[in-house]
Amino acid sequence: MTAKPRTLFDKLWDAHVIVTREDGEALLWIDRHFVHEGSHHAFRALDGRGLPLAEPGLTFGIADHYVPTRGRPHIPDPEIAGMVSRLADNAGRHGFRLFGLDDPAQGIVHVVGPEQGLTLPGLTIVCGDSHTSTHGAFGAFAFGIGASEVAHVLMTQTLWQRKPKRMRAWFDGRPGPHVAAKDLALHLIRTIGADGARGHALEYAGAAIAALSMESRLTLCNMGIEAGARLALVAPDETTFAYLRGRPFAPEGAALEAAIAEWRGLASDPDAAFDREVTIDAAAIAPTVTWGVSPEDALPIDAAVPDPAAAGSAARADYLRAALTYMGLAPGQRLEDIRIDRAFIGSCTNARIEDLRAAAAVLRGRRARVPGLVSPGSSLVRRQAEAEGLDRVFIEAGFVWGESGCSMCVGMNGDTVGAGERCASTTNRNFRGRQGKDARTHIMSPAMVAAAAVTGRLTDVRALGEA
Amino acid sequence: MEPFTRLDAVACPLGLANVDTDQLIPARFMSRPRAAGYGSFLLHDLRYDDAGATRGFLLDTPRHAGARILVARRNFGTGSSREAAIYALWDFGIRCVIAPSFGDIFASNAVKNGLLPAQVTEEAAETLIAALERMAAPRLAVDLVTMKIGGAGSDIGFTLDPVRRLQLLNGWDDLDLTRRHAAEIAAFRARRLAAHPYALPAQD
Ligand code: SF4
Repeated sequence: MTAKPRTLFDKLWDAHVIVTREDGEALLWIDRHFVHEGSHHAFRALDGRGLPLAEPGLTFGIADHYVPTRGRPHIPDPEIAGMVSRLADNAGRHGFRLFGLDDPAQGIVHVVGPEQGLTLPGLTIVCGDSHTSTHGAFGAFAFGIGASEVAHVLMTQTLWQRKPKRMRAWFDGRPGPHVAAKDLALHLIRTIGADGARGHALEYAGAAIAALSMESRLTLCNMGIEAGARLALVAPDETTFAYLRGRPFAPEGAALEAAIAEWRGLASDPDAAFDREVTIDAAAIAPTVTWGVSPEDALPIDAAVPDPAAAGSAARADYLRAALTYMGLAPGQRLEDIRIDRAFIGSCTNARIEDLRAAAAVLRGRRARVPGLVSPGSSLVRRQAEAEGLDRVFIEAGFVWGESGCSMCVGMNGDTVGAGERCASTTNRNFRGRQGKDARTHIMSPAMVAAAAVTGRLTDVRALGEA
Repeated sequence: MEPFTRLDAVACPLGLANVDTDQLIPARFMSRPRAAGYGSFLLHDLRYDDAGATRGFLLDTPRHAGARILVARRNFGTGSSREAAIYALWDFGIRCVIAPSFGDIFASNAVKNGLLPAQVTEEAAETLIAALERMAAPRLAVDLVTMKIGGAGSDIGFTLDPVRRLQLLNGWDDLDLTRRHAAEIAAFRARRLAAHPYALPAQD
C-alpha cells in the first residue's frame, strides 16, 4: 500500500491535529505563540477567567508595535508607555520570556523569531499579527490570529481551525538584476489580486524560489497575506538548515541532525495535488511599485497609473478614481514622474541585513533628496549593519539611523508619514492611512526605495548606474 | 456570545471595495480601553475631518441612522488581524456585513464576536447596493436559518462556512468546546514533545 501523496501543508496539518470534529473543524496543537503589546485584550480575557497561561515555555513576548525608534528608553507618550509596560507586567506575572525594550535581541516579532531559532521547520506558529505568515519561509505552519484566538491559545495552547485549501505559486526562471523578493511578491499579487489566494495555504516553489536566501523567502511569505493567503510556505532545504545552525533557541549537534533528517521529508511529494496552481516567469518581472491603496494596485516601474476612463466597469472606474484622488495622482501619469516627500526602510517585510545591504549599495556615495528613516528589523540586525559600516552609508546619504521596531509601518509608535505626504516605503501595506492619517504610501523593494530617495521621485534602480 | 438567527434592520450600502481593517479602525485608536466603546472609531478617517467634524459620510446620514447591516464590495476586512475592527463595527451597532469576499482573519474574528459575515456573489452585492439606494427606507432582512437575504426584490442567497453558521446560530464559545478535550490535549502534548524534541525550544 502506498500512502496518498501529500503537499508540504498537508504534512504540517496532519502532524498537529489533536481531534477533528464531525463538522470538519480540527483542534490544532500550537508549538510557538508570539505575543506583543497589542495582545492586551487577550491577556485581559485570560485574567477575566482567572486561568493560568497554559504553556509559558512556548510563549514569547516581543515589544515591537508600539516602541519608539528614537530617544530610547524614554517613551514620551503615556498611552504608548502603558502598552509597553503592560506587556512586561504580563510576561512577569505569567512567566514567559520577553524580548523587551532593553533586550539586545529586541526587534520585530517576525524578524526575531527566525533570528533566535524560535522559528523552525515543522512547527505551528501563531501570533496576533497577520504577517505571521512570514515564518512559513522555514516550512512552518504559521498564521496570524485575532484577539479571541490569542486568548484561546493562552488558555489552551490549541486552536480550532478549518483546513485551508492548497495553492502553489510556481516561479520559473531567474529574476534579472535588482529584481528582489518584493518584486516577485508584488507581481504575484497584481496577477492574482489582493484576495487571489484567499482561503488557501500558499506554497512558493520553483527554481527561482530554491535560489533565494532565507531573508528573501521571509519577504515573500510576509507578503503572502497581501495576496489574501491564510498562510505562506517554502519547503525547507539546505539553505534553511544552514541558516538555523548556531541560533540560540534552535537544536544543536545530534538533536539538530535528527531534526534535519525529519525536516527533509516535509517537502511536497512530487505528485501531490494542489487546489490551485499559478505559474510565474520570474525572468519577466521588472522592479515593481504600488501606485494605489491596495497591494494589488502594483505596476512595473516603467508603466503609467491607470485611467478610470479606460476601466472595464463603472465599479472599477469608481475604485480607480477614489484611489487616484487619495493618492493625489493624475490618470495616466507616468510612475517615474511621481515625486516623493520621504523614504522609509524598515518593517518585517524588508529590514533584515540583506535588505539593508541592498539599499546601502544604492546609497553609497550618494545623497538622498528627501528625508529618510531606516529602522532595522531587529536590534541584532542593527548591530550587524553597524559592524559592516552600513549605518555610515545611510547617515552620509542623509537618512536617520533609528532603532528597531514596527516604526513607520503601522503609525502607532510615533513614526508616521504626514497628511498628504508621499512615502517610498519597504513596508507591506499601502492602505489608506496605514502610515499615518492621509499618508500616501508606495511600496517597493529596499533598493527601489533607495533609488527613489536619491532622485526624489519613483525611479528604476536599474537606470541609476554607478555612483 | 450572542446567538444570531434573523436580523431585520436598516442597511447601509457602503459600496466600497478592499475596505481594510486599517480603515475600519485606524491604528492610533487601538491602545484605548474597550470599555468606552469603539463605535466612534469605526471608519473614523472617512467619517470625520481633521477638526473632528463629520464629513456627512453615508453611515452618518439620517437615512442610515441605526444601521445594523452593511453591504460592501469585494475583499472586506482585508489586512491586519486587529479584532478591534470588529469591536468598532459591533459597538457602532453593526451585526452583519454582506460582501462578495472577506479577509480570512476578519471573517473568523467576526464570527467569534457574534457578527455575521454573509458572502454573496458580485452580482448579488451590486443588486443589493442598487436596491438600497432606491428604497425610501433602506432595510434588509438577513436570515441565518434559511441563508437568505430579503427586502430587495426576490430573496438573495448567501454563504457561510457551516461550522461558523452553527457557532453563530448557537452562540457557542470555542473555549467551552476545547475544554472537553483536555485529556486528548495533554496526551498529544506528551507524544509530540517525545517524538519531536525540537518542538520544545532549546534554552538560550
Ligand atoms: S512591521 Fe508592520 S507588518 Fe510587520 S509586524 Fe510590525 S506592524 Fe505588523
